[in-house]
Amino acid sequence: MNIIETIRFALRGVTANKLRSGLTVLGILIGVAAVILLVAVGNGSQQAIQNSIEQLGTNTLTVTSGGGGLRGGGASTTNTALTMDLVPALEDNNAAPHVKSVSPVITGSQTATYAGTDATISQALGTYPEYMTASNYTLAEGSNFTMDDVNDARKVVVIGQTVVQNLFDTVDPIGKQITVSGKLFTVIGVLANKGGSGFNDPNDIAMVPITAVEESLTGYGSLNQLLVQATGPNDVTEAQNEVTAVLDQKLNITASTATTAFRILNQAQLLSTRASTAQTFTLLLGAVAGISLLVGGIGITNIMMVTVTERTREIGIRKALGAPKRTILTQFLVEATVLSLIGGLLGVAAAVIGSQFSIVSIKPVIVPSSVFLALGVSVAIGLFFGSYPASRAAGLRPIEALRYE
Amino acid sequence: MTHPVLDVRNVKKIYGEGETTVHALRGVSLRVERGDYVAIMGSSGSGKSTLMNILGCLDIPTAGNYLLDGVDVSRLNDRQLSLVRNRRIGFVFQAFNLIARTTALANVELPLAYAGIKPAERRRRAKAALDLVGLGDRHSHEPNQLSGGQQQRVAVARALVTAPALVLADEPTGNLDSQSTRDVLAVLDRLNRSGRTIILITHEPDVAEHTRRLIRLVDGRIVEDVRKRELAAV
Repeated sequence: MNIIETIRFALRGVTANKLRSGLTVLGILIGVAAVILLVAVGNGSQQAIQNSIEQLGTNTLTVTSGGGGLRGGGASTTNTALTMDLVPALEDNNAAPHVKSVSPVITGSQTATYAGTDATISQALGTYPEYMTASNYTLAEGSNFTMDDVNDARKVVVIGQTVVQNLFDTVDPIGKQITVSGKLFTVIGVLANKGGSGFNDPNDIAMVPITAVEESLTGYGSLNQLLVQATGPNDVTEAQNEVTAVLDQKLNITASTATTAFRILNQAQLLSTRASTAQTFTLLLGAVAGISLLVGGIGITNIMMVTVTERTREIGIRKALGAPKRTILTQFLVEATVLSLIGGLLGVAAAVIGSQFSIVSIKPVIVPSSVFLALGVSVAIGLFFGSYPASRAAGLRPIEALRYE
Repeated sequence: MTHPVLDVRNVKKIYGEGETTVHALRGVSLRVERGDYVAIMGSSGSGKSTLMNILGCLDIPTAGNYLLDGVDVSRLNDRQLSLVRNRRIGFVFQAFNLIARTTALANVELPLAYAGIKPAERRRRAKAALDLVGLGDRHSHEPNQLSGGQQQRVAVARALVTAPALVLADEPTGNLDSQSTRDVLAVLDRLNRSGRTIILITHEPDVAEHTRRLIRLVDGRIVEDVRKRELAAV
């Protein structure tokens, strides 16, 4: 009996019991797909965080007001508000040599109107032109506003992709006028699409010269934040120290002050924390995947052992009819291979299809090594536990296999 | 004819060890000539099934020799034993033992496939064997679509398709009604008339009536060996 005949016998064995074969395939499929998808979700979340690191820029510091209200109550008056006065002081090269640029920011949510269409812009901010590069935005078309626009308080606006979609749809927004809080602003630039960095949509943004906002939208008041750009990613800590020193001096803060009047958010620190969180997350998912591989493997073991044991009688019949041990072994090995491979490949396919959808707002990214690991382990388990009981049964005397219940 | 088909010399079979030892066969000697038709009778526990399994090379004796066509079977290795089972012996079980979810034709083809015969020739011979047992119109039926008698006739077709010298039937009619019993026995009778050696185990004297020789086993020993009819001319 040649090998092709044996393979044909094996395929007939697979198709003869469709339910059993189907369940075996399903068991392997789930094992493989679960491992690949879980690792892909972990990897996807890590990549999302890496992207947001790159997009937020690692060389920026965000200064916000401490919000603690008036403190001390003593002789020195502590002003916690951030004002425009601080900008030139921070830009002073002698006091803060590691600061490249300072952008004052006034931000808030505003409703914009164009040709009867309303849209809420979640981040309508008045700032300096440097804000765009400091926060890693790039222009898709048009141009950014300039310091001249700021000095003259011109009503020009640069808008993000979400705003373009909400207000203009297919119309080219450049040169059009939109109404924000009753004032007309001319669109001079459109920002390029920026990937999501968290829960906020970074494309739902409009930037205008800060002077235009102060006059027309919020009136003169305190700033929401100062975005400080360091001269390089390695100078962030020095820049932070310099900014702290300058602000302490300008805001009359002494060591005796109980709490700080301002907070400095270091993007790099924040993101490294988040990155390590993501790594923990990946480790956790890896552990879950390992366990699911184990559970899936036990499932495969189970169904293979049960089906082969169930077929011990059949093996006895085949031996009684004169089947040599090797032929029986080859048949069962081929059956196990076919089932394991079909199950494994369908599992990979299911994982690939599943990874096209975002799972709990994370876009899974498949790790190739996890595919090979899951497929290899499952197929190996399937092969071993498909053929080992068969070889045991084929080694029995026919009468023992026949009597097996 | 130089040697008998079967030559069993003082075969013993012991199951278990120590206190639970069961002496299934306590020294059986038996010669069966070519073309004979032998019935083995005995109450349950008399060792007749054990003897049959040893004759069919499905089991090995604890002691004694068994020569099939002059060859001592106990000297054969696993591979040679499967060849013997495949070429020399056709076995019919009481429980039919057809392979489930496989057509009658494929079941009958199975021993031929293990013998390495080409598919076309296999198919032709399997069809001829099914015609012989009167199931020419049931090729593509699976075992669960056949009655017990039909299943047993498929099993008989499977046993005779390789044209073995020896057909062994372990209570082939034990699970069958009287009509099916007659059908199966008619097939066996016809096989014997064409020169095949047949040994069958039975409880029923009616079935034993068909044979040429009657052997009675009690407690693992042959107590009676009667020739009822002469051997068919071979």
